[in-house]
Amino acid sequence: MSLTYDDVIAKYEPVLGLEVHVELNTNSKMFCGCSTTFGAEPNTQTCPVCLALPGALPTVNEKAIESTIKIGLALNCSIAPFSRFARKNYFYPDMPKNFQISQYDEPICVNGYVDVEIDTDEGLKKFRVEIERVHMEEDTGKSLHVGGATGRIHGAQYSLLDYNRAGIPLVEIVTKIVPGTGKYAPEVAKAYVGELRDILRSLGVSDVKMEQGSLRCDANVSLRLIGAEKLGTRSETKNVNSLRSVERAVRGEMIRHAELLNKGERVVQETRHFQEESGLTRSGRSKEQAEDYRYFPEPDLVPVEPDATWIEELRAQLPERPSVHRKRLQEEWSVPDKEMAAMINADLLDIVEATVILGSDPTKARSWWLGEISRIANEQNVSVKELAITPTDVAEIVSLVVQGELTDKLARQVVEGVIAGEGKPAAVISARGIKVVNDDSALMAAIEKACTAQPETAEKVRAGHLPAAGALIGAIMKETKGQADAARVRELLLGHLGQA
Amino acid sequence: MIRSSAVEMASALAKGEITSVALTQLHFDRIASVDTDVHAFLHLDTDGALAQAAAVDAKRAKGEKLSPLAGIPLALKDVLVQKGIPTTCGSKILEGWRPPYDSTVVTNLKNNDIIILGKTNMDEFAMGSSTENSAYGPTHNPWDLSRIPGGSGGGSAAALAAFEAPLAIGTDTGGSIRQPAAVTGTVGVKPTYGGVSRYGLVAFSSSLDQAGPCARTVLDTALLHEAIAGHDPRDSTSINAPVPNVVAAAKSGDVKGMKIGVVKELNGDGYQPGVRARFDESLELLAKAGAEIVEVSCPNFEYALAAYYLIAPSECSSNLARFDAMRYGLRVGDVDGASAEEVMNLTREVGFGREVKRRIILGTYALSSGYYDAYYGSAQKVRTLITQDFTSAFTKADVLVSPTCPTTAFKIGEKSNDPLAMYLNDIATIPVNMAGIGGMSLPSGVADEDGLPVGFQIMSPVMKDERMYLVGAALEAALLSKWGGPILSKAPSLGGLA
Repeated sequence: MSLTYDDVIAKYEPVLGLEVHVELNTNSKMFCGCSTTFGAEPNTQTCPVCLALPGALPTVNEKAIESTIKIGLALNCSIAPFSRFARKNYFYPDMPKNFQISQYDEPICVNGYVDVEIDTDEGLKKFRVEIERVHMEEDTGKSLHVGGATGRIHGAQYSLLDYNRAGIPLVEIVTKIVPGTGKYAPEVAKAYVGELRDILRSLGVSDVKMEQGSLRCDANVSLRLIGAEKLGTRSETKNVNSLRSVERAVRGEMIRHAELLNKGERVVQETRHFQEESGLTRSGRSKEQAEDYRYFPEPDLVPVEPDATWIEELRAQLPERPSVHRKRLQEEWSVPDKEMAAMINADLLDIVEATVILGSDPTKARSWWLGEISRIANEQNVSVKELAITPTDVAEIVSLVVQGELTDKLARQVVEGVIAGEGKPAAVISARGIKVVNDDSALMAAIEKACTAQPETAEKVRAGHLPAAGALIGAIMKETKGQADAARVRELLLGHLGQA
Repeated sequence: MIRSSAVEMASALAKGEITSVALTQLHFDRIASVDTDVHAFLHLDTDGALAQAAAVDAKRAKGEKLSPLAGIPLALKDVLVQKGIPTTCGSKILEGWRPPYDSTVVTNLKNNDIIILGKTNMDEFAMGSSTENSAYGPTHNPWDLSRIPGGSGGGSAAALAAFEAPLAIGTDTGGSIRQPAAVTGTVGVKPTYGGVSRYGLVAFSSSLDQAGPCARTVLDTALLHEAIAGHDPRDSTSINAPVPNVVAAAKSGDVKGMKIGVVKELNGDGYQPGVRARFDESLELLAKAGAEIVEVSCPNFEYALAAYYLIAPSECSSNLARFDAMRYGLRVGDVDGASAEEVMNLTREVGFGREVKRRIILGTYALSSGYYDAYYGSAQKVRTLITQDFTSAFTKADVLVSPTCPTTAFKIGEKSNDPLAMYLNDIATIPVNMAGIGGMSLPSGVADEDGLPVGFQIMSPVMKDERMYLVGAALEAALLSKWGGPILSKAPSLGGLA
């Protein structure tokens, strides 16, 4: 007898905390010159520094500092005139130095915020998510544990280590606690991560691909009785790798916590792992006994002291804020609030915009992506962006419809073909022999054939009973294998029967 | 020839009186004859050194312009990596490891055509003051084989004193260049922190470690200093400024009008009478040469040793974490069913010596949450106070001086079970590392009571390294006439060759 979400929010107030790790898209690693290209042969992108050979020393990648400052500025943070790297000490085979260079009590950006808009029962409502800090650190290598049942280190026969990822620059963005979201906590969490992703994308500092792990979210959730001041115990759900999962994870954890609390049990402070299939989390590492990382300032690196003029230069170069950008698009495209929200919610704004930039009419672009293409994605249970159709394809199809080369119905077949992997629109059209029949004489032949075949129906139309024309048009369209323009068929048919 | 200075050898090479190959071979012969007793070297790169020497001879034959020390042999402390040459840091845990890259110091040596004979013995990971902590056995002091040659760079200093090499590289975290120089009657300089790149120097305590030149004369040391120093973009803490003009200073030796500050706290109780006598005598000689002797006080030096033994172990506990058997060096217990953690534990258990373990444990404790402020935090504050003491003292004097260490060389085994007594050896050298300034030790004679060499320490402000060479050269010249020759000539000769 599990609780419903409504039961949970009737009694408890959720408090959120979100930690987002972003892989920067710098060409080289955080502390050495090695390439950061994804998917290279294991251990081919390594050097004495990122392998932690004795004697090797780190040096800071300036581009990474620049990217982090840009992120801080875009998140309304203050940029520290003095910040330092620290060593976080713990042993793990995929961490070459057995300490991670990170920032601890002196991060580079502090005290910012991100505003998000949520479609609530009372209409669009703004929530402010405050940012505590933005700091830089390095990624670890990757372990592949072989021979065990769970794929975890315990029980594995042996482990393979790939250090290509070791030293990739990471930025960690940590929110302050986010109270006051009430029942919208899952939506706020999702909207925040989405907004963050859009901001990062607009800055051009990261690929922000959640599926590939270049943007990873840890969601901290706790509950307290409504009106209570003291915070409840939180759980930390790791590496939630899609926007939808962020929402599901928060909702799921709220329900799980509430069930425990209602039974008089306590919530264990621990990390949890989100499971995509069930939408539930499973228990990970307990955090009840705080691990002692023995942080201390990294003596191999001089402090980061960015020049104030440089910071102002970077501030001046900041791109349009995604929220402002969206408002502008909404106006330019004259999209109603609800539909704009739907587009954002479906994470399709960028793809629609790309299609519009390629010449498509905004309404048509929107209706293709949110309509037919989304429907197919749903059917195939994949995300729209995983389909083999691009903004270029859609823009081309829209243009063919406008030119009268395709009807809407034919265009759908082309879309289907492109998604099925039959090639670009032109290739699909030629391979499937799709062609609008706009040769009037061919149409006239079909019209005459239909009228001959259904003389009584033709007579009714001739007598002024226009709805009867439908049956004739159907027959004509069938005859022309659906390739005729139905409007033209109707026009010619009525003319033929003296009703023009 | 092997008893000559590097400058004299360079002159002989330039005049064609000897080739670099012959000079290098002479040193290998000397090593063959005495190193069984001294044990200064852990590894000899005979083929590599002779090939390098032949290449220099060829350049010289072609009339190419060569650096002042081109073709001169050198002994390299085994804590600096050299591509393809075993580097152990005196530890079992790195046994058999051949680095795939050159440290910047080695690159600079090679660019100056200095011949690297091999790697010298040291206390494991540079932790110690006697070279007794080497996993490969102690080095013996050429002045008395039953005594220690200092540490951690005892191998480099002994190689110089035993005429196995005219030049050597050391590293100094708390005195590991200067204290061995003092007890072997040789010259050693710890440059300003950041003056010489640490890239490829296997870290003990990153904020204190500094590589530096060692030789038998002040000028040789200056020439080597110039060869290895300079900004390195691969070391974030490397200073981006011109190398101080140490060679000109060593050639000049003019101290007229210089103010020399005697640090009150680094003298007196606990210093051997012979050490104090030589120190006072050196002050008189410098006064005669035209310097003004003043007294300065550095009250916080009292806490330097305690703070050092929190900072250095803390950093080392983290720096040495990388020796985990995963990627290089020793691996113990890698049998079927052993977990990565078990292999790491066993390897570190077997691979590290007692002193290294002691410091890792100390440092791990000092950095622990709840203790950090009391230990590491306080030690950093002491460090700031020591730096302030120096800053204020340098407003009263151009350089500061003290005995390098409280005693002459002690017997092997004498202090190995008393770490505190061992640590006290570095009481006068540690403040220099804490403040990141420059320090030199040069021989100031032998102690009357034991006939063993005594070191005189000169300290100069950040990136004013030339000042210690000025004073060092002046004192060296005055002592030369006082003692009727180099101090090292008082040492008993080893082996058959002279």
